[in-house]
Amino acid sequence: MKKIITALSAVLIATTPMVSQATPDDDLKAFRDYFVKKFPNVPMHDFINGVYAIDPASREQWEAFEEFPSYEIFVDKGEEEFHKKFANGKSLADCFPNYKKGIRQNYPYFDSNTGKVVTLEGAINKCRTDNGEKPYKWKKGKITYVSGYLAYLSRGHKINVKVPDDERAMAAYTRGKKHFYAKRGQLNMACADCHYYYAGSKIRADILSPALGHVTGFPVYRNKWAGKSKTGDGMGTLHRRYGGCNKQVRAKPFKAQSDEYRALEYFHTYMSNGLEVNGPSQRK
Amino acid sequence: MMNQRRTLLKGTLAAGAAGIAASVGLLTPKAVLAAWPKAAFESKSVDAALSAALGSSSTSESGKIKLKAPDIAENGAVVPITVTSGISGTESISVLVAKNNQPLAANFKLGGDTEGYVSTRIKMGKTSDVVAVVKAGGKLFSTKKQVKVTIGGCGG
Amino acid sequence: MAKSIKIRAKVKKGVATVKCLINHPMETGLRKDKKTGKKIPAKFIQEVNAEHNGKNVMTAQWSGAISKNPFVAFKFKGANSGDTIKISWVDNKGDSDSAEAKIK
Repeated sequence: MKKIITALSAVLIATTPMVSQATPDDDLKAFRDYFVKKFPNVPMHDFINGVYAIDPASREQWEAFEEFPSYEIFVDKGEEEFHKKFANGKSLADCFPNYKKGIRQNYPYFDSNTGKVVTLEGAINKCRTDNGEKPYKWKKGKITYVSGYLAYLSRGHKINVKVPDDERAMAAYTRGKKHFYAKRGQLNMACADCHYYYAGSKIRADILSPALGHVTGFPVYRNKWAGKSKTGDGMGTLHRRYGGCNKQVRAKPFKAQSDEYRALEYFHTYMSNGLEVNGPSQRK
Repeated sequence: MMNQRRTLLKGTLAAGAAGIAASVGLLTPKAVLAAWPKAAFESKSVDAALSAALGSSSTSESGKIKLKAPDIAENGAVVPITVTSGISGTESISVLVAKNNQPLAANFKLGGDTEGYVSTRIKMGKTSDVVAVVKAGGKLFSTKKQVKVTIGGCGG
Repeated sequence: MAKSIKIRAKVKKGVATVKCLINHPMETGLRKDKKTGKKIPAKFIQEVNAEHNGKNVMTAQWSGAISKNPFVAFKFKGANSGDTIKISWVDNKGDSDSAEAKIK
């Protein structure tokens, strides 16, 4: 009887993640268990490769790109930008003294002083404004080159997002979690509909990527975005993608770096704790 | 291009790009004079392009040419392809996309010690055969593969 | 237009494999600017030359049908670690660039 109850509760936890008493680590375990069960042939570390972990045909193409990926052009630009001196003589490097050791894996984090979730892009622009410089635009261009460069240097480090013992942090995490599972837009779909319940299924000619390992590769270089850009710049931030996804279900997108998207990123990234950073990565 | 050729033959350095390039040693004079085959690249059919580029459109299918290309392209603007030619004496490899308005995408001229191998990424307007043509020993050999180009489901 | 070419060259058993990634828009001239409705002028690399220790090993002639930020890889025999590979390109507008790398 105990075995049945345990099994049943495991199923319940796995399929109804909105158990109110669950800690972030409970959520993480349930999240991982769910995807491992859904994709038994995918080794845990491979989930960082998104669709390419679950579809051999597109993986082959992706591996061809990875021979010499286009994002390397933008990582180079990021390196230049990161070391470029501000008017006051400092540079972004001064705000991120540990950048060579890898820092991407620690974002986003909850700042107890401000009571806000801090993303890597947020930290980059804060550095600029603190030093009298104009902030970069949030979704594409230089912000992606710099965060791409920092992600590149952080490759291999395991995502390590923390929710400290602070009810404001837990509130932000919970807001993010609710966003992930909430239906929205004219098409009335949640992030979870595509990327949790129907991960691996097809939506027209696309395969839906699993939410486990979703964020490790950001900022991403998307062939689709490159096609729209005159210079073939396909780089975009996570919030750029969030906006696009919201538009896809005909929901009004939130602004990049808004409270909503930062909360979502907080939850979303926590769900990839323990998986390796592999940004920037190439995607469709 | 023709103006630049004439100017160079006259021995004067034109203000044209090829002239400048040659003067800073970026291109050998030989490369400069090997004019870009405009007629071949602007041909509207595979046969016309091959005739213009290689002198003939008569090719024989060869199993010794391996053309690696996806069955379904993730994005028609960037389709990775690799051509490996096992035919000895491979001098050049040409890549054509049959249903593109102008099928000829590239000609790779290979030096004596260069292997029959090229890899690149091409644009395809729609589902089409990708054709690889190898010139060896004065003859043309080819192989082809259909690559599907689709419209996906998730934009953003 | 400096530094538009990234080269990775390795040699194994005398055969060098050279991979290049070039930062270039490769505009066909057929695309329209969505905002203005006008055609974006053609700007694409027409020729790429590869030299090994000063000797031409490959000449690529391209149309605008080669993808943006073009990639090309090729192989040749008779290479040694430390040899120089030089890649140069010229586009239809007459712009050009070149870069050198040592074969590892």
